[in-house]
Amino acid sequence: MSTVSIREGTPTAGRLRPRKPVTERVPVGRPSGLPNTALGILFLAIMLFPVYWMVNASLQPNGTTIQATWFPIHPDFSGYATALTQQGQNLGTSLIVAVGSVVVSLAIAAPAAYALSHFKVRGTNIVLFGILISQMIPGIVVANALYTAYNDLGLLNTIGGLILADSSHGIPFAILIIRALMGSMQSSIIEAARVDGAGHVRVFWSIVLPVSRNALITAGLFTFLFAWSDFLFALTLTTTDAVRPVTLGLYQYIGSYVTDWSSVMATAVLASLPAVVLLLVAQKFVAAGTASGAVK
Amino acid sequence: MGELAAAEIAAAQRTTTAPASRGPGRGEASAEQARPRGGRRRRESVYQWAFLVPAVAYLILFFGYPVVKNLVVSFQDYGTATFYTGEAPWVGFANYAKVLGSSIFTTAALNTALFTAGSIAGQFVIGLALAVFFRKRFPLSGLLRSLLLLPWLLPLIASGAVWKWILDKDSGALNQFLEALHLVPNGVPWLTSTSLALVAVVGVNVWIGIPFNVTILYGGLQDIPDELYEAAALDGATGWRAFRHVTWPLLRPVVNVVLVLGVVYTLKVLDIILALTGGGPANSSQTIATESYALSFQEFRFGEGSALGNILVLISLVFALIYLRASRRGVED
Repeated sequence: MSTVSIREGTPTAGRLRPRKPVTERVPVGRPSGLPNTALGILFLAIMLFPVYWMVNASLQPNGTTIQATWFPIHPDFSGYATALTQQGQNLGTSLIVAVGSVVVSLAIAAPAAYALSHFKVRGTNIVLFGILISQMIPGIVVANALYTAYNDLGLLNTIGGLILADSSHGIPFAILIIRALMGSMQSSIIEAARVDGAGHVRVFWSIVLPVSRNALITAGLFTFLFAWSDFLFALTLTTTDAVRPVTLGLYQYIGSYVTDWSSVMATAVLASLPAVVLLLVAQKFVAAGTASGAVK
Repeated sequence: MGELAAAEIAAAQRTTTAPASRGPGRGEASAEQARPRGGRRRRESVYQWAFLVPAVAYLILFFGYPVVKNLVVSFQDYGTATFYTGEAPWVGFANYAKVLGSSIFTTAALNTALFTAGSIAGQFVIGLALAVFFRKRFPLSGLLRSLLLLPWLLPLIASGAVWKWILDKDSGALNQFLEALHLVPNGVPWLTSTSLALVAVVGVNVWIGIPFNVTILYGGLQDIPDELYEAAALDGATGWRAFRHVTWPLLRPVVNVVLVLGVVYTLKVLDIILALTGGGPANSSQTIATESYALSFQEFRFGEGSALGNILVLISLVFALIYLRASRRGVED
């Protein structure tokens, strides 16, 4: 490989020059500073334009909006009024399904993550391999099979059915992330409790879970978002209006010829709110979960 | 993008925020637990397995069962009648023959290849460029980088809705913009022309995938020590040459993972295509995944839909094997 020369050159260069203190780690090359910030803001503005456009469009006056203005100078909230009237119930359904999926996912993932990170039972590699492989399975394959199974079991058009199916988005992820964050938890506190005579369930409930709070919150937030954003199962596992998540409501809006874009965009904004909240909140928890190192 | 991507992102953030995991290794508790012999040891491992049982049961029911069921159904004449009579006669490979022989399959297979290749190329090149850019630490770089995640976190159907309006032929923002610059004479039918629909869908999917690529590649770039760049600079390699001889070779393991995961996730994309074009016009943006959906849930020919789904699984599996090989090589490095 052409890199060999440089890789071999490194130690020599390191010996010739005194090592820089870590604090002085300035990137090599052009001086960085405010021009880069300006460039970064420009890139971000381009990337986030569709998000801006969604908000802008949602604030345009209702009705036959042929030409929207580039700024919502006179914000009009009638789009939101229509959205809440027509999609309010669907938003509620999405909320129930997403919360339910968080409960199911954490209840299943947390014990598994604990076992995978702290027990050395035979077969853990198989479980991890299964989780990896599960990611390769296209959602449409799962939906194909679940539709017929749900039809037989009477789970079509039920909240419970959707919760269980939507958890397939969250459970593999939750196991992996909780396991990764639990890995930094010190085994000594678990051992100490075991020596004191606490059973596995008690150790898990009174020590492992409280210590892993941040991991659980992080996994819970993402699981919520996955279930909230689910479209495939909403589309395939419901056949009536009875149980209809907001993603499906939005799909039906845009499936036909759209005349009233402001209420469609208002619905899209409402459907996007959890993602924004997650972006603001989760980062803190992901960082906190790792920085605290669980126990001191 | 899939859920594992989220794990990758969270993990990538973890490696960039926390220096290293500390505390004693995982092996210690289990070494202690492994000491008791015979019955106690067996009972202990039964208790430990109990923690895994719900997860294993779930994985079997919601991933294992569908794969097996799909395989079975793909050899059956499973259609509307089946739901009334409960009968699904065996037909051997007839479903596969029908699906592979239809004219739509060639179109869908080609579209899947173009959609995947186009999406991955776009996401990766732009993602890598942005990751390299964000590696220069400048004021607000961390904040800007985390805000960049937003397109990836939005519900795909919400992104689909707004893009459908941006790409609208008559009043869409893109056409307004292009017309104002006199780049196009009049409304470009992005989503309603057979020659442009696939391009538009790829473009939107690139937009969705950029944050994932930036985050993972940025994490990989952070692991390359600055000293190497300093040494390369002494040897006269800066800018492009430093990228080519230092960044690229050291980033290769991460690049492999990003590309293969990207392919696996892109192959099964369904939401965004359904939202934007529904696979149309005239199948011009139909992929294997959307066609499988259409066969099963619009025409209720579950046998054929399953057969097509299995072909998709097979393609994914090939890339999964490449992924496993690539990640193992990454570990060995």
